[in-house]
Amino acid sequence: MMTDRALPVLTVLLAIFALWYAAAVWMNAKWVYDQASRAGTTVTLAEVIPQTMAQPRPLLPPPHQVATELWKGVAAQAVTSKRSLVYHGYVTFRGTMMGFALGIALGVGLAMAIVRFRVMELSVMPWAIISQTIPIVALAPMILTVSNQMGIDNREVPKAIISAYLSFFPVLVSMVKGLRSPDQMQLDLLSTYGASQGQTFWKLRLPASMPYFFASLKVAIAAALVGTIIGELPTGAIEGLGARMLIGSQFGEPLIMWAALFAAAILAGGLIVIVGLIERMARARMGAPA
Amino acid sequence: MKDTTQIGQPVIEARDLDLTFQTGDGPVLALKDVNLTINKGDFVSFIGPSGCGKTTFLRCIAALEHPTAGTLTVNGLTPDDARMRRAYGYVFQAAGLYPWRTIAGNVKLPLEIMGFSRAEQEERVRKVLELVELAGFGGKFPWQLSGGMQQRASIARALAFDADILLMDEPFGALDEIVRDRLNEEVLKLWARTGKTIGFVTHSIPEAVYLSTKIVVMSPRPGRITDVIDSPLPRERPLDIRDSRAFIEIAHRVREGLRAGHHDD
Repeated sequence: MMTDRALPVLTVLLAIFALWYAAAVWMNAKWVYDQASRAGTTVTLAEVIPQTMAQPRPLLPPPHQVATELWKGVAAQAVTSKRSLVYHGYVTFRGTMMGFALGIALGVGLAMAIVRFRVMELSVMPWAIISQTIPIVALAPMILTVSNQMGIDNREVPKAIISAYLSFFPVLVSMVKGLRSPDQMQLDLLSTYGASQGQTFWKLRLPASMPYFFASLKVAIAAALVGTIIGELPTGAIEGLGARMLIGSQFGEPLIMWAALFAAAILAGGLIVIVGLIERMARARMGAPA
Repeated sequence: MKDTTQIGQPVIEARDLDLTFQTGDGPVLALKDVNLTINKGDFVSFIGPSGCGKTTFLRCIAALEHPTAGTLTVNGLTPDDARMRRAYGYVFQAAGLYPWRTIAGNVKLPLEIMGFSRAEQEERVRKVLELVELAGFGGKFPWQLSGGMQQRASIARALAFDADILLMDEPFGALDEIVRDRLNEEVLKLWARTGKTIGFVTHSIPEAVYLSTKIVVMSPRPGRITDVIDSPLPRERPLDIRDSRAFIEIAHRVREGLRAGHHDD
């Protein structure tokens, strides 16, 4: 199965690299031509191309420059150094996990209340939907300021709140659907046993909702990471991949920005793989056909 | 398991039962003036076209629906109280096994809810799986079993807590004829071994005649009983009884009853 997938994936990857290099040449060439005209010389295309590949501040760094910077950030520093992407990645990872956990708790809790009490559905659901229409970049600085006003100096808390704000919603929507997935016949069956509300929840609704839950986790973990990075962006943040990206952009160091961006992408990929593995284990335990 | 001391005592009694559903198109008379007595150890089939109220009546006995008029008692109690005393097991048309539980886990479900001890759960699961000839399949998941085996597991689940009354709502309706014949035979064997009172909804005339000691013929709009036939067939029934004269005569009477109550409107 792996080889079936490898060919199309590699093809797309190659196409992306080709496009990327072409774009890098095209975007970075302007700087080479400017330098040449300032020096009063002319350059041929054959001379331009190598010079677009190794600029200190390229408009678009080519893949190998990003890879080098990424390698430098990961392997060439002590992991405790403020320049280490491992260090910043860990800060972001920690924030993501806190936000993710908070988001799951909030999403599952609200879904349980909504399924149990009709009034909750009428009162909470519209607000949950509205909450997702507010751009988080507008809300994030407010959350930071308010939590600062409330005397929370620790940036972890507002970051986790921003992260949870984005990640609770997919969990909520999926869990409402999942907890309602048992059909009338299954509910009737439990009712013939004289099962209580609590027993119906634990024995039927909750296990029946698990496939929905895990599907939502993959969306929620990515949302939690995005939320954490946004929480690291506003000025004042000095740690985390988001802060690294901001520093890169503000100090005109595109390589730092791109390396942080790719570190975040790798982190996201890793987290999704881990969630997928946990899902596989849970499915196996719940007897799903392999 | 078999308790023959009270055979013939009435266990389910319906008097002037009405049930009206309020729908968007106005009230629908699902049941009208239903009078019926089911005795202990009876095998009662309810037969009729869709909309005749046969399933609704079964659901009333199980307290899944509540009549709007008349009285209905199960073991002398209201259906709700009878449920609390575990008076009946219910088998639906679909097996409805939980895919995340093994067969043994599924059979255990009512026992967990009713608070049987762990040791007793294991013991009962073993016994009923043997009874439906699924011993050795306890560790399998539902998707690993055929449709007929799944339905047998759901019967085991209904039997696990030893209810006196077994209510079955077209349990074999979704299965093919051959599997159905075999399961019919097994249900009869089960009935003979346990002495339970069985209420069985079907729309198959041969199935109703083959299984029942009492056949209740129903017709729709409003849902009502048009004929109650006490079967003269012996309780011991080999499959080839279906070619006997008595069998064919009862089947004929059922068909007549269905035709009389049927008008295409």
